Order: sequence, then C-alpha cells, then structure tokens
Amino acid sequence: MKPSPLRIHRPTTIDETLDLLSEHAASGKVLAGGQSLVPVLNMRLAAPSDLIDITAVSGLDELSVAGAEGRAEITVGATVTHRQVERSEEVAVANPILGEALSFVAHPAIRNRGTTVGSIAHADPNGEIPMILALTGGRVEVRSTRGQRTLSAEELNIGPLETSLESDELITRATFPALPAGSRAGFDELARRSGDYGLAGVGMILDVEGATVKGLHCGFISVTDVPEVLNLGEAVSGAHLRDASEVADTVVDAVRDFIDPGGDIHATADYRRHLTGVITSRLFRRLCRTDSAQGRNTDSRMTGTDTERRRV
Amino acid sequence: MTEAIGTEPTSTIRLTVNDTLHALEVPDRKLLSDVLRQDLGLTGTHVGCEHGVCGSCTVQLDGEPVRSCLMFAVTAQGHEVKTVEGVGNDPENPSDVQQAFIDCHGLQCGFCTPGFVTTIDAYIDENPKPTEEEAREAVSGNLCRCTGYQNIVAAVQRAAELRAEGARQ
Repeated sequence: MKPSPLRIHRPTTIDETLDLLSEHAASGKVLAGGQSLVPVLNMRLAAPSDLIDITAVSGLDELSVAGAEGRAEITVGATVTHRQVERSEEVAVANPILGEALSFVAHPAIRNRGTTVGSIAHADPNGEIPMILALTGGRVEVRSTRGQRTLSAEELNIGPLETSLESDELITRATFPALPAGSRAGFDELARRSGDYGLAGVGMILDVEGATVKGLHCGFISVTDVPEVLNLGEAVSGAHLRDASEVADTVVDAVRDFIDPGGDIHATADYRRHLTGVITSRLFRRLCRTDSAQGRNTDSRMTGTDTERRRV
Repeated sequence: MTEAIGTEPTSTIRLTVNDTLHALEVPDRKLLSDVLRQDLGLTGTHVGCEHGVCGSCTVQLDGEPVRSCLMFAVTAQGHEVKTVEGVGNDPENPSDVQQAFIDCHGLQCGFCTPGFVTTIDAYIDENPKPTEEEAREAVSGNLCRCTGYQNIVAAVQRAAELRAEGARQ
C-alpha cells in the first residue's frame, strides 16, 4: 500500500463535513476526485491522518449557468468533475475558454474523476483552472463551522500550491463569470507530451467592438508563481483587427517582460519565456482573425480532436 | 462502519465489480487497484506507475475510464467498477476490442494492454467512428513502452468497426 495509514470519512451533508474538517484541522485533508492528492499520498509527500471524502455530500454537485444575458455566471460545485464541465453545452456558450482549457487538463481518465474546484484548491501554478478563474474574474465560496466567505482568485492564491484557505475551510463552489459580449477568448499551451503539465501556457481575452480592439487580458501557466493577470488594454486599445501582426509584437514584448518563469529539468527559464512569447503571438493573431476563431474552437472541442491546436 | 486492526483504520465495504457484489474488509488507505488484484484476484488490472501517468490500471467506473491507482477502494462504494475481465474474459470469445488487438497486432509485451482495452471499450461508445487522429488522441493517456502505438491506433479503429458490425447484427 503506497499511502501511509489514514482514515477515510464519508460525510453526506455539508454540516457534517465542516464538523469533520474542524475536528481534523491539524492533520486532515479534503478528498474529492483525488487526482492531484492521491499521487502526493502515493509518493508519501504528504501523510494526513484523516481524509474527508466529499463526493457523497449532497448539495455540492451543482453545475449551472444563470443570470441575465451578458451577466451570466457559471457555478461549479465542489464535486463536479472536469468532464462534466467540459461536456456542458451551456458552459461552452457562456465561457468557451473554460472548456478549452479543460481539454488540456491531463487525459479523459483523469478528468473523469478530477474536480474543477479541486484544481482551484490545489493552486498549482502549472494548472490550467486556477489561471482561468483569475483571468475571467471568478471567485470561490468558502465555508467552515465559523462561517462563510467569498474570495476572489487574487485573494485565494498566495503562492505556488498555497492558498489563503484555513485548514478547516472547504471551497463549496467556484463561480466563473460569462465572457462579456464582443469578447474573444482562447487558451493554448505547449507540453512535451499530450496531457503533461504545460511548459508554458497562455489564456487570453480580447475585447472587440466592431473591428476595433478595446482591451486585452492575459493569464499564464507554468511561468508565474500565482495566476496573475496582465492587462494590456492600453497597449492595444484602438488597434484594428487587421493590424494584428503589428500589434502582436508589442503584446509579446509586454508578456515576456511580465512573466517570471523558473528553470527546471524540463525547460530553462529562457526557453519558457521564449515559448510563452510564441504562444502569445499565435493566440493573439488567432483571436484577431476576422472569420470567427471562436466558432472553429467550439467545433473542434466538440469532436475532441483539436490536434492542430496542441501542436504549437 | 470502521474498525481498527492494530493502528490501521479499516472499513467494511460493499464493492460491485463486473456486476458482482463483494463484501470486504480493507484498510482505508488501500487503493482500488490493489483491492482488485489482491483481494478479488482480478489481476488483469495492471499496476505501473501508481501515480496516474501510465494508464495500465485503468478501469471503468460507471462506464467511464478512471485510474484505479488514484482511488481508494473505500470511495468506489456505490459505483459500478468494470475491469478488463468484465470487458471480456474468454480466450475463445474475445470482446470486440480484444479481437481488434488480435487483428491489428495491437500488443507486444501486453503489460499495458488491459488499460488500453478498458479505455478504448468506453471510447468507441462515445465516438463510434474515430479518425486516425482521434484514435491517437483517445489513447494518449496510456503508455506503451514497447512503442506499439501504430498498431494500437489501428486497433481503435478496428474495434469501432467490429462494434458497429455487432450492433447491426
């Protein structure tokens, strides 16, 4: 048996879960899909005495899109799997970048168990979902026996694999706002093998009015410590979509200055910086194309075969 | 529900595997892959990397492929587990996916094969007519160290054909 001895609790209500978390705050962990936690346990990088399995807790399985047009929000409960989010047509319409990024999260067998909220709680700077939460201006709802609070992505993420959550707190759900009308969004990353953590990745939301660029926000994976969002509105505002080629160089320079990659056995810091620029340039040009880039991406995600997209 | 043997927390669980319900007492920390192999003797589920990368331990949980090395057996209660033995366990009468592997020479040493079979068995229901690119993508979460991918990709498409023929009959 790979993990060290532990006890698994299987509560069925949120109150019961919060009591257990409070009782075992010193050495307990929440277990949902376990696709990040169990490898850590199998390698004995962590040895909690108690796991609180929330998969049978009622009221945490909500996946919905609600709210007035232009102000809709996607709510993802703590036990909703990546696959459920990825397969939701409503989510794809409201916030296409979320589903697009999800298709890069490991493989279907992992996404069938792994939860979207679990990724956020894990706060891995190599993870796609914490970045998408920050980029789209999302938030999480957190509960404990002491009460409830709402945290923005910025308030939640304080370091690599580190959040501002207290040990007795549970993220009950995450909320991703729908993309505003007129915006175009895209995500791309480069990994050495399909499904690996990206060496570098970029998410981008471009605000367009008519054929004029009004704003640009970028988020990054694997090249910043926490999911920081770079606002390049000033640099691109007023540019015409057909001038994408000229503007792209400005965007790439700003992105390369902003990020702070580290080097490891997989890639040096310089290489990651270079890749981030390449992905940024391609993504920006793609989003500026006058024939809707969005439609193309939606089609390819539905067939699950956007191999061209993977080969940056 | 739980009872300690020594200091090790254990649980009595009811686990449905390949349509058979089993009652077992297992340590809470015991992974589903180990319970399948050691407690139920279903050694078709192979254990490779034990951290979710290689895909050898893939089983179906409620019809969807999952890594049995990344699940505790305790948490599989209430779900239907299907192992490679549940996909097909008769050499005289292999399942469509197993037959496709035979037809296309989709296995070399065979260690990774059960994970591929359980993955593909679920995949061709979702995509009954995969292109070569789609087939390649579908098996990208499973590692074959004999590098037999070319024939495995062909086996995905062959399995889809066999299933379509089976459905027509």
